[in-house]
Amino acid sequence: MSDLTGLTLAHARDAIRAKTISSRELTQAHIDAMEAARALNVFITETPERALRMAQASDDRIARGEGGALEGLPLGIKDLYCTKGVQTTAGSRVLDGFIPGYESTVSAQLWRDGAVMLGKLNLDEFAMGSSNETSYFGPVISPWRRPGSNAALVPGGSSGGSAAAVAARHCLGATATDTGGSIRQPAAFTGTVGIKPTYGRCSRYGLVAFASSLDQAGPVARTVRDTAIMLRSMAGHDPKDTTSVDVPVADYEGAVGRSVRGLVIGIPKEYRLDGMPIEIDDLWVAGIEWLKEAGAKIVDITLPHTKYALPAYYIVAPAEASSNLARYDGVRYGLRMAGRDVAEMYGNTRAAGFGAEVRRRVMIGTYVLSAGYYDAYYLRAQKVRTLVRQDFERAFEAGVDAILTPATPSAAFAIGEKTTGDPIGMYLNDAFTVTVNMAGLPGIAVPAGLSAERLPLGLQLIGRPFGEETLFSLAEVIERSAPRVDLPENWWAA
Amino acid sequence: MSIDQATVRRVAQLARITLREDEVPHLQGEINAILSFVAELDSVDVEGVEPMTSVLPARMKLRRDEVTDGGFADEIVANAPVTEDHLFVVPKVVE
Repeated sequence: MSDLTGLTLAHARDAIRAKTISSRELTQAHIDAMEAARALNVFITETPERALRMAQASDDRIARGEGGALEGLPLGIKDLYCTKGVQTTAGSRVLDGFIPGYESTVSAQLWRDGAVMLGKLNLDEFAMGSSNETSYFGPVISPWRRPGSNAALVPGGSSGGSAAAVAARHCLGATATDTGGSIRQPAAFTGTVGIKPTYGRCSRYGLVAFASSLDQAGPVARTVRDTAIMLRSMAGHDPKDTTSVDVPVADYEGAVGRSVRGLVIGIPKEYRLDGMPIEIDDLWVAGIEWLKEAGAKIVDITLPHTKYALPAYYIVAPAEASSNLARYDGVRYGLRMAGRDVAEMYGNTRAAGFGAEVRRRVMIGTYVLSAGYYDAYYLRAQKVRTLVRQDFERAFEAGVDAILTPATPSAAFAIGEKTTGDPIGMYLNDAFTVTVNMAGLPGIAVPAGLSAERLPLGLQLIGRPFGEETLFSLAEVIERSAPRVDLPENWWAA
Repeated sequence: MSIDQATVRRVAQLARITLREDEVPHLQGEINAILSFVAELDSVDVEGVEPMTSVLPARMKLRRDEVTDGGFADEIVANAPVTEDHLFVVPKVVE
């Protein structure tokens, strides 16, 4: 690892602008780091030639006195974002070899602002998972290990490749997506920062759809400032996505370092789970103290429907997934398996193309939407979703500016540790994050300390709709106050 | 509520996923575990609650009904497993 890959995105940006480094040098250093780290299985597709071409173009623009907000900065792209001319798999066999003829709006905005693409990052299949173990391309190995142990740990999921690549310094930042916690949980597991913005803040055009009413794009990076810089480029209205919102994009970086004096922070008692490790509770208490010292006002609040959010999610998300994934039928793109007739061809293609978790969710979704069960399951879950949202609305109406919770109920676990047994154990990873997707709110995960096993733990801040600036200000207080979480030393280089 | 093996087969048929017979008991167990997990929702009083259809308060946006895109049939069929003259080819549907 060179000094160049250890830079924050903000420092690299300033160095490129000051011409103390070139994008070519910076990009080459990251390509070297990426290529030496294949044992972590972080990238599904590496695009080094394209990266160097983009870096050269950035250097040319800088030489002409031009350049955008992300000029010359090498980034990784979650392989759920369609990239024109570059394979996009969604971590699924059914899309193995798929080469989009178009670019997702969010990635197009990164290239518009001068960013450099290093490659496409591994993820859980169709973003369905919390450990990156459901990928057709194999699990991502976290750069983190327990001291004195070589056991491979999960980086979290579904944006496991994004979080691992950022923690292992393969890229300065990465795009990710979050349907039930898929940005915030892997960020917490890897000691990185991840924000899921308000639903509608980023365009979903060109993202491979999982659950359309919950999916949202966002960045993972090593500092709060770095995520703020990335989000400004990623966010914005897009006529190609009717759910994207026409609200001006703020200067998020300007919110980093802003005083939080007088802000009201809600502490919801429902996030204190039975059997939760004491270290998670201690971390939460520490977070409260840091915000208090910075002048924020702490109030106890109640979000009574919290415990129903996860079961409701496991109806709504599979229902939407079963509809969205109907398109993988072996006709227009991706895998096709032979069959005696067209129906058998569909059935064989989907049986071979989807992994166990995806198949299970498509079947649950199909069941809860089927005749006779729609009211009992789907309609009821959508009503519960209204109640979850109303809990938050009441807190915000009472003057709460943001809500502080743990990001996850535990630190990272070992590969294989939670894939035996029934699926619910894995689903519980998202207990603290899924409420935010159900209500469409913004949420940020920020590193706040280490577990007894010396693994990173994160805190989550939940904001009002379009309250991202407040989240960046508060998250930076935690980042500044928390004991420094040093990223793991490089043990993985070939 | 729990489902039997016949329902597992019917749901797989609706979802167009071919199942091997030996996969049915395993899937039945997993689906029933999830259904018993979501059964917790039965205890919520949802009387008079509107189902959420969108987290956004905004009304559906409208645009002019006009062609804004097109003319790239090559790109559209580029990823298809089998094509002929810009058409997608599937196994015979009508005997």
